[in-house]
Amino acid sequence: MSDTQAGEGGNSKVRRFMFVNRKAPYGTIYALEALEVVLIGAAFDQDVSLVFVDDGVYQLKKGQQTKDIGQKNFSPTYRALGDYDIEKLYVERESLQARGLAPDDLLVPVRVLGSAELGVLMEEQDVVLSF
Amino acid sequence: MTVLHTTNKSPLQTRDLQSCLRLTRPGCGILLLEDAVYGALKSTEASEMLAEAAKDRRIYVLGPDLAARGFTPEELIAGVTVVDYGGFVDLVAEHHHVQAWV
Amino acid sequence: MKFGILVNEGPYQHQASDSAYQFAVAALAKGHEIYRVFFYNDGVNNANKLTEPPQDDRNITRQWSALAAAHNLDMVVCVAAGLRRGIKAEILAPGFNISGLGQLIQAGIEADRLVVFGD
Repeated sequence: MSDTQAGEGGNSKVRRFMFVNRKAPYGTIYALEALEVVLIGAAFDQDVSLVFVDDGVYQLKKGQQTKDIGQKNFSPTYRALGDYDIEKLYVERESLQARGLAPDDLLVPVRVLGSAELGVLMEEQDVVLSF
Repeated sequence: MTVLHTTNKSPLQTRDLQSCLRLTRPGCGILLLEDAVYGALKSTEASEMLAEAAKDRRIYVLGPDLAARGFTPEELIAGVTVVDYGGFVDLVAEHHHVQAWV
Repeated sequence: MKFGILVNEGPYQHQASDSAYQFAVAALAKGHEIYRVFFYNDGVNNANKLTEPPQDDRNITRQWSALAAAHNLDMVVCVAAGLRRGIKAEILAPGFNISGLGQLIQAGIEADRLVVFGD
């Protein structure tokens, strides 16, 4: 697709893109449409990371069963991100703890960082897309 | 160059500003726009949190949003700077990147 | 400086589109360049030419169209988000174009700053 040409054309400009997810899935569409941006962004050979803070950590909760609310369960897509060479997934420790969750409750391996470390990582980006 | 953070919701209603403060570091800039301007008012339950943040971060309030909501710069906590849209543009240009706490 | 602008909310329900518009006007007035305005999530509804607010209210869609005409702005509506919400070529206001999410990533790469307006 023509969208990906910049990524394939030897574009030397590699920027650090961070996608910040702070909203829970299903109640609003932000989580799903953020994921759609991430998947397209993967074709551009940028330095991509995903961050989950606040209710955004619920996007990664294991065992999502959406049949009875009539929505598609898009959570398996997070497990497929590795196939798109997106491997930097960060979760804020304080957000997990505040929700009584542990890394074992998440459906994909992530790096758990404290707010201070995550704050540093956020500062090191070039482009931050928040959904 | 540090980061400019923007937040647009009242801290009396949502926790976005709290998250922004938890995850940002001294030296950054934080612009309160839209309903977030209520967060910079004196004598609300959120005033103390903002006053504390203003000690080591630069806090900006979008003046047109403040005026639209019936408040004046005199009603803001000490140490915050009121900017107009042109000032918003300058802030974006002066910082390394912008992060929205939507 | 080149700015990219991302608008993630529709008109009227949230202030996001108004704020983005005022930001764009101010940036242009200061001589900056708007590399692209990208409309995503419910933001695609800003492009609906059937928008018809009461006469004493601003017409947000028309404001964007006029700004685009005056400054040759590149305003892109996400095709996937648009289709989901019935925003198609036949109801697109002047100045808006439908394209893919790659245009948003491209704006992130090419613009000096990307500013997100959402809720």
